[in-house]
Amino acid sequence: MIAIAASSTGGPKLTDPALEIDSVSKRYGDIVALDSVTFDVRAGELFGFVGSNGAGKTTTMRIALGVLAADSGEVRFDGKPITHQTRTHIGYMPEERGLYPKMKVLDQLVYLAELHGLTSDEAHQSAENWIGRLGLKERRTEEVQKLSLGNQQRVQLAAALVHDPNVLVLDEPFSGLDPIAVDVMTEVLREKASTGVPVIFSSHQLDLVERLCDRVGIIRSGRMVACGSVAELTADAGSLLVVTAPHAPGGWASNLPGVRIVSERDATVVLELSPGTDDQAVLTAALNTGPVTEFSRRRRSLTDLFRDAVNAPERAPA
Amino acid sequence: MTTPSYRDRTVKPFTAVRLVAKRELNTRLRTKSFLIGTAVILVVFAGYFLLQATLLGDAGRSKIGLTGQATGISDQLKTVSQQLGKDVETVTITSPEEGRAQVESGDLDALLSGNVSDLQVLVKSDLDKQLHAALNSIAQQQVLNATLLEAGLDAPQVLNTINSATVKVTSITPEDPEKNQRLIIGVVMVFLLYMSITTYGTLVAQGVVEEKSSRVVEILLSTLRPWQLMLGKVIGLGLTGLIQLLILAGAGLAMATATGSLTVSGVAVSTVLWGLLWYILGFFLYATIFAGAGSLVSRQEDTQSVLTPVTMVLVIGFIVGVNLLLQSPDGQATTVLSLIPLLSPVLMPGRIAAGLAPGWQIALSIVLTLATVALFTWLGGRIYQNAVLRTGSRVKLKDALRNS
Repeated sequence: MIAIAASSTGGPKLTDPALEIDSVSKRYGDIVALDSVTFDVRAGELFGFVGSNGAGKTTTMRIALGVLAADSGEVRFDGKPITHQTRTHIGYMPEERGLYPKMKVLDQLVYLAELHGLTSDEAHQSAENWIGRLGLKERRTEEVQKLSLGNQQRVQLAAALVHDPNVLVLDEPFSGLDPIAVDVMTEVLREKASTGVPVIFSSHQLDLVERLCDRVGIIRSGRMVACGSVAELTADAGSLLVVTAPHAPGGWASNLPGVRIVSERDATVVLELSPGTDDQAVLTAALNTGPVTEFSRRRRSLTDLFRDAVNAPERAPA
Repeated sequence: MTTPSYRDRTVKPFTAVRLVAKRELNTRLRTKSFLIGTAVILVVFAGYFLLQATLLGDAGRSKIGLTGQATGISDQLKTVSQQLGKDVETVTITSPEEGRAQVESGDLDALLSGNVSDLQVLVKSDLDKQLHAALNSIAQQQVLNATLLEAGLDAPQVLNTINSATVKVTSITPEDPEKNQRLIIGVVMVFLLYMSITTYGTLVAQGVVEEKSSRVVEILLSTLRPWQLMLGKVIGLGLTGLIQLLILAGAGLAMATATGSLTVSGVAVSTVLWGLLWYILGFFLYATIFAGAGSLVSRQEDTQSVLTPVTMVLVIGFIVGVNLLLQSPDGQATTVLSLIPLLSPVLMPGRIAAGLAPGWQIALSIVLTLATVALFTWLGGRIYQNAVLRTGSRVKLKDALRNS
């Protein structure tokens, strides 16, 4: 388990409230959906929550929202267990979209805003504001079911934002969006975070998560396997060595001590060195086979990290 | 940030319920199905009343042609027929041939000719029994009159004596002359209540399933408590049903009075008022159960399977109720069934309309129904609360009732 406790990022004050998921477990009969999941989403931070399908992302988010009850563990906001009162200040975007299909965009947003305690005027003002921000002006009096999936998604985001929440919990907000919509959504999320709101979202678009998030949590089969900033996670996991030796026989690197072959295609191998292994020894070994046309270090991407975490054999929690 | 902050806001419980109810009312009243449904029932009402006005008008009335000497008995015929409960219209026909043709075509029900003591009647196929009796009595009186005169007696005095010798009838419970009309109003009320409770109860369940299947319930319940959402929905749909019932009952009363099908408007108005009370009781009795049943499933396709047991109770109540009401409105079975809370909302207003429910029974049934409403609201609310967020396969009733 890779866990990094401290983050050196500046920005929002430490006193701003954070969302803490503390040892949350959930079973469905014999199936363990969540096994003591622990992480926190700090104030003003964008937290990316990644994992394979069925790993427990949605379950965790539903528990954080109080839509689902945990068997054990606790979710806290601002140091206090989440109550119905705090829950009303969470902006939530469920994975399967939750809107009235036959209700008009504006009516829907106004209704949801009013249910969060805004007066009719305020609700209209806020709904119109988000409709404008998210580029839905021409669709404001259309029924939600008549919109394209991308536009439905924008309405769903507006629904999560219309009451100016203290926390944002978004399940797959980017799925099915075109690049323009992704940019709009990214900007909105960044802006919300900059006001001190903890933002957590799940996604399968790892390059996006890497680019956007301050910190990332990886979940696998109901257990957190990594949590920290992308830089920390990738630095900790070591880097990769790319070597191209055109005349080398296949498997030339397999017997080198402290070296693991990640991939081998044509004359190019990608190697993972265990900590402390001298890369110059690897270069010498490569030169012994003939000319070396490429020898470079590659920073591991979140995608590499995710693959490792997901493909590694299951082990007992460290 | 340019937008103002609403971060300290929360909705008050009462406001939450009102907002949910308002949304239901707004969306339902605007739907085509509400407008069309109401219009169709109104058209059916109008058709029924028009039909009844024309049919009943004809059935109680006979048009009789008088020709020759028979023209003289016109007044006598009207009086005697009236006593026998028959409304007769007479016309003078100059030629027997013309009269015959009119009898054949159905314009006249009968053609009378001949001497008063020797009346000839021409009909198409057979003579109405009451009319037959009336004519016989006229002819017999005529003969009696002549015989008395021959015997030198004072004919009018003898006839008076005869007429005064009548049977004296004493009834234990005098028949209510408005009984039939009351019964009809009762049956119509039973039908309307059955229809409203079933329709709007089903809409409650469908609304719950719609929110579940579209997952909007997850967003709603992050700010509302389950009971607020359920209560708001029940109130909103209940009001929609009440509005429809008011339109139908009001229009029905107006049409019935205008076409003359209804002469007991006092009874009708009180029936409508009782009906509205029982609609509210009945709707709240069933609505929470409908909501609980709906919360067990996640897809509209599965709704029917959980609603069938509930609607069956209503259907049975309705069929048995209407039959009993028509066959033995004051029978013991009807009385007992109308006191069972599940059936009261359909049966009791029918009996009240028919004027057959004593005050203590009405009071008892209201108390019993209110107690059941409380029980069912608790039960339905519990099922709803435990099941509404569980998506996927159908939730077992046992699991939904368990404390989560």
